[in-house]
Amino acid sequence: MNPLQKEKLLEMYRLMATIRRFEDSLYQLFLQGRVPGTLHQYQGQEAVAVGVCSALQETDIIFSTHRPVGHGIAKGMQLTSIAGELWGKVTGCAGGRSGQMHLTDVEVGMMPSNAIVGANIPIATGAALAFKLRGEERVAVSFFGDGAANTGAFHEGINLAAVKNVPVVFVCENNQFAASTHISLTIKIENIADRAAAYGIPGVIVDGMDVLQVHQAALEAVERARSGGGPTLIETKTYRYKGHSRGDPGKYRSPEELDQWQARDPLPAFREHLLAQGIVENMLVEVEAGIDRAVNEAVRHAENAPEPDPEETYNYVYA
Amino acid sequence: MMPNETTRQMTMAEALRDAMRLAMQADPSVFLLGEDIGVEGGFGGGFTVTLGLAEEFGHERVLDTPISEAAIIGAAVGAAMVGMRPVAEMQYGDFVFAGMDQVVNQAAKMHYMSAGQVRVPVVLRLPVGASRRGAQHAQSTEAYWMHTPGLKVACPSNPYDAKGMLYASIRDENPVIFLEHKLLYGGKGGRKETTSLDPVMQVPEGRYEIPLGSIKVVREGSDVTLLANMLMVYRALTAAERLSEQGIEAEVIDMRCLAPLDMESLGASLEKTNRVVIVEEDNLTGGWGAELAARLGEEYFYYLDAPIKRVAAPDTPAPTALSLELEYLPDAEKIVAAVQSVMGGG
Repeated sequence: MNPLQKEKLLEMYRLMATIRRFEDSLYQLFLQGRVPGTLHQYQGQEAVAVGVCSALQETDIIFSTHRPVGHGIAKGMQLTSIAGELWGKVTGCAGGRSGQMHLTDVEVGMMPSNAIVGANIPIATGAALAFKLRGEERVAVSFFGDGAANTGAFHEGINLAAVKNVPVVFVCENNQFAASTHISLTIKIENIADRAAAYGIPGVIVDGMDVLQVHQAALEAVERARSGGGPTLIETKTYRYKGHSRGDPGKYRSPEELDQWQARDPLPAFREHLLAQGIVENMLVEVEAGIDRAVNEAVRHAENAPEPDPEETYNYVYA
Repeated sequence: MMPNETTRQMTMAEALRDAMRLAMQADPSVFLLGEDIGVEGGFGGGFTVTLGLAEEFGHERVLDTPISEAAIIGAAVGAAMVGMRPVAEMQYGDFVFAGMDQVVNQAAKMHYMSAGQVRVPVVLRLPVGASRRGAQHAQSTEAYWMHTPGLKVACPSNPYDAKGMLYASIRDENPVIFLEHKLLYGGKGGRKETTSLDPVMQVPEGRYEIPLGSIKVVREGSDVTLLANMLMVYRALTAAERLSEQGIEAEVIDMRCLAPLDMESLGASLEKTNRVVIVEEDNLTGGWGAELAARLGEEYFYYLDAPIKRVAAPDTPAPTALSLELEYLPDAEKIVAAVQSVMGGG
């Protein structure tokens, strides 16, 4: 393995493990009543955010959802900025005014994440349209869940992107549930990716628990978009380990089903792969220790940060 | 208007087109999108406003879209967030409800939610007003936008204001809802509205901006203040002439911008006349006049000699038959009656 490739794989592992460790930590803190506001967790889906974002360049942008922590980390947001926002503190990426569902860091290409299911699909299309009009070789990515595939915005946005041939990649994270409702109750076809044919664009199905498979599909879609080939719909088959949001124990699914998916957990599988590629265990342990420190520090930083001045309520209504 | 500036006779449609043309010439980030706006052999949007612009600027900058209101507005929002200045058209203002999430949850909130990291300089053009087409091609929607923090609301009544305000709206860093009354466009030939008013006036050929947030006294008077926008400005002026014959001098204010709201100028008029009648094509309950009445009542109560009166469309959808539409819309007669009812006492 060449050193560049090794570095890239290690970075992908670091990002996935950071998401997992941070989300697990939030879950524990939530159980202790220490996390204010709402919480939509990403454990289980790490391979999607990291597989896709690691196929992007720094100037490419992503549009995330109400479950944005994984995407934010994968695109390069700082944990302190995310944690600060979750805790509603001045250190948050939006100064605490926006909370867990609305993470933004334009510097790293994390556009404001969107808590209206499906709404970012036309918005990402519009950003990609701007790139095309300006002749910029940039790509926009829209992340959304299986639930979003049944919104009008999905149809309108993808159709417009297809007919205008703009550089956007649509990444559907099919985690099997729209809140508590299983996909079998909401979609009659087997694969959401099949809908791509209706818009005349490529539809790709990948194992969302396998970061390298996601990454490969994303590289191809991003390259297609960047070179003027238009949008792609990637469906990643994945699973969220936690409930839809805080306080949801997920009683609508069986423990066996959860076990089956966790048996294919993307993290240990990727770790094994790295070891098999000749990355030494010590290196991974060192990375993991660094993540622990960073997560603890981000939480401590957020808990101790000051709340925003009440006058902040009135800022940023108008530009 | 500068004294030596070259002017030209323009209808509202021509003035609006001129504003977009000049903005597109000056700034490559300005582009237009909407249904039927640039199709060759087509009609330049619902009311001819974009006619000829695709030929001048090409189909990439005058972008015809599918009938997908959520995608039109959403794409405009996304493009604006990365530095473009889109002008999106709804073929009829009523259709905006099909894309309402993109206006209220997206365009209006993104700057706030991102703590200023993104801006959404979108203009959303909505043809509004009843014009014998039925309830889904007729609604006046000012109140929805006034109620939504983060939006600006422009609603001009004449070609000069229309051009200057649309140019200012395109230059603005915020989402602007730009309302255009169907009976004021001045369409020609087959696109002419049968009951339209079609104001035509000399308009400067160059670029100029009328700042958003400004209103305009269009007739001075000392006895009562009439607040009106778009088509209703003309009906208020007609009413004012009739009232003058009765010895009542009405001040008429063109409420050409409803957000931000120039309360100071309103207050100045009210301090002089001590009476207010609001004339709106919007439905009565929760209309823009309701907000104005509440604000004026709170801030200028001690200047008022009579209750604030509203002449508005009743709380029904807009009907089509002539006799019904006449009943529905405010007119000079109803305005005169309302003024007379507040002129006692004092």
